[in-house]
Amino acid sequence: MSSRRSRSRQSAGSSRISDDQINDLVSKLQQLLPELRNRSSDKVSSARVLQETCNYIRNLHREVDDLSERLSVLLETTETSSAQAAIIRSLLM
Amino acid sequence: MKNQTTTTRWKTDFQQQLYSSKLLQAISHVRRNPSPNARTVRQVADRALAVAAKGRTRWSQAILKNKLKLNFKKRKNKPRLVAMHNKKKHGLNLLPKKKIPALQQRVNVLGKLVPGCRKESFPVILEEATDYIAALEMQIRAMTALANLLSSTPVDMVPVGGMVQFGASQPADSGPVL
Repeated sequence: MSSRRSRSRQSAGSSRISDDQINDLVSKLQQLLPELRNRSSDKVSSARVLQETCNYIRNLHREVDDLSERLSVLLETTETSSAQAAIIRSLLM
Repeated sequence: MKNQTTTTRWKTDFQQQLYSSKLLQAISHVRRNPSPNARTVRQVADRALAVAAKGRTRWSQAILKNKLKLNFKKRKNKPRLVAMHNKKKHGLNLLPKKKIPALQQRVNVLGKLVPGCRKESFPVILEEATDYIAALEMQIRAMTALANLLSSTPVDMVPVGGMVQFGASQPADSGPVL
């Protein structure tokens, strides 16, 4: 990852965005992606990182949907108060 | 302003547990009939996630503004000015002309996936996506833990209102329970 970091990206007064800035952001994103984080940033193109990011977010959305489905079913058979009690108990353990 | 620790805050156990209990709290406020459906759970989970973000990010602000809409792709029809001093056209003004169009295309797609970022600039979208991904991962960890917890709620718990818990007989698996 680049050692040069913009301190505050939002106050870039010029209308041009520097290559360094872009590369910095893209490599930061690359580190989050399970598919690509182990590869060196020289070998992965920005376009690839962006594509994998989109795929990854879609996957995460799908997982949340599945979990919502699962939770909605589980909540049918569990009173919320006892679910809350279970959470508290797990926090204390 | 934003540095690397912004996204690591999503990784702490504390954040996850806080989110779990807030989520459950929110769900208990929502339901009037026996139980909320999947869509409601999703909405509540996303709203709670946005609240947990403490209003620092566009994606969380966008979720809170779209309170009852599940479809995050709905536009707010307001050409918002952002803090950047770029001269923005009404449409997307992502990159200087010399950049490859393919890159721009991909950023457009990304902007549609992250709530509230459809018309943002390239650096903003990337930054929002970074935080959004970390937040989503936490949401998934928390909801998974919650689901596992509910799956194994012991039967000998004090029944509320005479209801016996059936949770213990359900296997805790990662697939959707139909």
